[in-house]
Amino acid sequence: MAKRIDVSGLHVYYGDFLAVEDVSMTIEPRSVTAFIGSSGCGKSTFLRTLNRMHEVTPGARVDGKVMLDDMDIYGPDVDPVEVRREVGMVFQKANPFPTMSIYDNVIAGAKLNNKRMSKAKADDLVERSLRGANLWEEVKDRLNKPGAGLSGGQQQRLCIARATAVEPSVLLMDEPCSALDPISTLAIEDLIHKLKEEYTIVIVTHNMQQAARVSDRTAFFNLAGTGKPGRLIEMGETNKIFTKPDEQETENYITGRFG
Amino acid sequence: MTTTDPSATAPPQIRAKRRVGDAVFANTARGSGILILAILAGVAAFLLIQSFDSLSANTANFFTTTDWHANVRENPAFGVAALAFGTVLAAAIALVIATPISIGIALFIVYYAPRRIAAVLGYIVDLLAAIPSVVYGLWGIGFLVFEMQGFYELLTDYLGWIPLFAGPVSTTGRTMLSAGIVLAVMILPIITAMSRDVFKQVPQGHQEAALAMGATRWEMIRMAVLPFGRPGVIGGAMLGLGRALGETMAVAMILSPSLVISPFLLQSGNQTIAAHIALQYPEATGYGVSALIAAGLVLFAITLVVNMGARFVVARRKEFS
Amino acid sequence: MTTTTRPKSTGSAGEGPQTQRSMRTGSLPRYAPAAVLAGAAVVSSAALQALGSFHLVTAGLATAVLYTVVIVGASAAVENPRKAKDRFVTAVVYLCFAAAMLPLLSLLTTVFLEGITRLDGYFLTVSMNGVTPSMDAGGVYHAIVGTIAITGMAAVISIPIGLFTAVYLVEYGRGRLAKAITFFVDVMTGIPSIVAGLFVVALWMMLFGPGNTNGAAGAVSLAVLMIPVVVRSSEEMLRLVPQELREASYALGVPKWLTIVKVVLPTAVAGLTTGIMLALARVIGETAPLVLTAGSSAVAINWNLFNGQMMSLPVFIYSQVRMGGAVNMERAWAAALTLIVIVMLLFLTARLVSRLFAPKLGR
Repeated sequence: MAKRIDVSGLHVYYGDFLAVEDVSMTIEPRSVTAFIGSSGCGKSTFLRTLNRMHEVTPGARVDGKVMLDDMDIYGPDVDPVEVRREVGMVFQKANPFPTMSIYDNVIAGAKLNNKRMSKAKADDLVERSLRGANLWEEVKDRLNKPGAGLSGGQQQRLCIARATAVEPSVLLMDEPCSALDPISTLAIEDLIHKLKEEYTIVIVTHNMQQAARVSDRTAFFNLAGTGKPGRLIEMGETNKIFTKPDEQETENYITGRFG
Repeated sequence: MTTTDPSATAPPQIRAKRRVGDAVFANTARGSGILILAILAGVAAFLLIQSFDSLSANTANFFTTTDWHANVRENPAFGVAALAFGTVLAAAIALVIATPISIGIALFIVYYAPRRIAAVLGYIVDLLAAIPSVVYGLWGIGFLVFEMQGFYELLTDYLGWIPLFAGPVSTTGRTMLSAGIVLAVMILPIITAMSRDVFKQVPQGHQEAALAMGATRWEMIRMAVLPFGRPGVIGGAMLGLGRALGETMAVAMILSPSLVISPFLLQSGNQTIAAHIALQYPEATGYGVSALIAAGLVLFAITLVVNMGARFVVARRKEFS
Repeated sequence: MTTTTRPKSTGSAGEGPQTQRSMRTGSLPRYAPAAVLAGAAVVSSAALQALGSFHLVTAGLATAVLYTVVIVGASAAVENPRKAKDRFVTAVVYLCFAAAMLPLLSLLTTVFLEGITRLDGYFLTVSMNGVTPSMDAGGVYHAIVGTIAITGMAAVISIPIGLFTAVYLVEYGRGRLAKAITFFVDVMTGIPSIVAGLFVVALWMMLFGPGNTNGAAGAVSLAVLMIPVVVRSSEEMLRLVPQELREASYALGVPKWLTIVKVVLPTAVAGLTTGIMLALARVIGETAPLVLTAGSSAVAINWNLFNGQMMSLPVFIYSQVRMGGAVNMERAWAAALTLIVIVMLLFLTARLVSRLFAPKLGR
């Protein structure tokens, strides 16, 4: 039940400052879409508007339309909390809840919402989510230990398990590997390959090889200049973007002849 | 997607934006904040209202009179002149003693003490702050005043030509200087804590730059630490002053009071507003309570000004760094 | 030119007559400060003893002055003026610290030695009911009861208000209202305790008429003092909770209030507990407001916060000192020891809680 995301004419503001200008794109279900671009070009900001996480930052607001299949997530009666249950997110720094065990972290989404759940069902959900995140074998004997005791890569997979346990249709990943070593990164990338069977995945990355390895489609963001808003320059099949992009700007960035 | 869980396949229900839980919680939180504002407004308002009775009946000038004839049913005559003087005097003694010592302690903890015990020393200074003021008062009256007697006599013998230290020394030791010393001990931890915090924030680069120029430790402190920390120290001293102005018990227990304006620190005499209120309240009749509330209002105003000044100084420093 | 001569030549080129820029200057041996201090203590005590004016304070001061003079003089003679100045400041800084430790040690030992003579099971379990001031009997049970009841009620009032206000300031507060609350909480921190007492006196006079003293009035006055402390410490602790944890929770589709209740507060719980216990330790020793609001002449056990005067430990100490007799002073010392033990227990438990139960936030 992965869903398609349709963005049209989206502007993002911080107060009066226009951070991202006029983005329109379609993100296909059951595929991995990578956002690349230099630091500060607005790709993370834009990613956060896809599940309204930007609203956590005071003063941030958007203009435009984001459709999740046939639902406008910025519609007048839409609850951002429900949007986030539908569009999950994994962050740059793994952030398991320090007061909770591994087990509790996985079912946090359900538990924090005060949902009653039978023990058997909860056990099942935990195992399913951890297996889905390729973490079950490593932690099944210490589910009641604190999540903060795991290694960085394990913590990040725990966070992915936690995000999928809510059963979203889209998974946003904001540089999920930038704080990890190469082996942990590989594990996460394998996981992304597996997860795209069920979810729409959007990943922001600074690592172009990673974008090339994991994504089906790639979007390149860039700044028009210092103090100017970030824009979507080009989006297309990853192969095409990395071999013969339409835009000169994109090619400069890909080939390292940038700024 | 075919999962076994039917609820997962149902399209998410889009509900109204406002959640009841959120609204209730946010409003409770905001309400608590507003309640605090209301309490503070209440403090000012009730003191004003209740002091009005005696102030309007007062036949003497409230601000220039030293006497306190308020425990009567008509024609009360009372003023805070002596009390205000005593309050400021006691706090000033405490501040003069405590500020340099506190700076020294803060420097000791941050720059002189071995790293490993520095944290423990910090705790110990905090412990000084945790001791109840009534215990300080007891210690002052039951121990300190006797120990200080010899020192006081030395003081009049050699420095008696300064009016502050003129003799004869009170035989009980229950003097302004004893009260001031106990107040100083009580505000030490406040000034120390603030100074310690700013000294810790001195950028490592400044210190290393000074040391790299071949400065001794003291030269480094004078060049890099003290200029940086000055506003914090001043702010801390003013907070300590605020505490000393309002401190009741230590003074009430130690000082042998009289409502005069006297500069002689080693003789009995003077009185502070706070101690006067505590001592007089149980026996207050007639206009007494209302007059004491008026005195409390004056104390409130003085400490308010001092505290706000302190916050202002500290806040200005924050803008710098 | 050989390498051995090179330093000499650069030295003479740069400095003229002071050619040898030696890295070594004359310096005092490492044990010098300790030795001088011991010597100074012996000499000054002996001198004062001979003069017949020996006192702890005077002896301490004389030792300090003598030590400083000798060490600075020695350093100026053997080392150099800059080092002498550094030695001087070092001596002053150490003395400052000693000056702070002396009263603390003196206070703790005096209270312990004087208090322990009367502090026993009898003293802790009987009240002053039917005991005349100079009678060699009576205890503090009624005061302990009052302290527990009054402080307990003060805590019940201030903890929710303080916590919710802190939550408001950290999680919701923006704009003028939050600024005003922050400012006035600061102002409230500086309210003299006696003024808090007078406020309740004035309030109670309006509500219940004059002369109405009871435990509840005392509790309200303590709450006025406790609320700002709880707000400030809780605010600090809540701000320490990483923003990422809140975001992680929001991203799971958890509403804001549940995020606060189930993620933010549990993460900060150790710090919050510590702050609240320190606030309690502070108000449990407050005397002045209770003298005004809860009365200072109760002698019997009273568990009822809303009826009649209520004694408390600090007020007990104060009123015994006011009576001034030898037995009264003994009672005061014993009660002070009881109070200090309670405060220290609160203080130490608070530190332990923050050390043992703080969640590990870093990796």
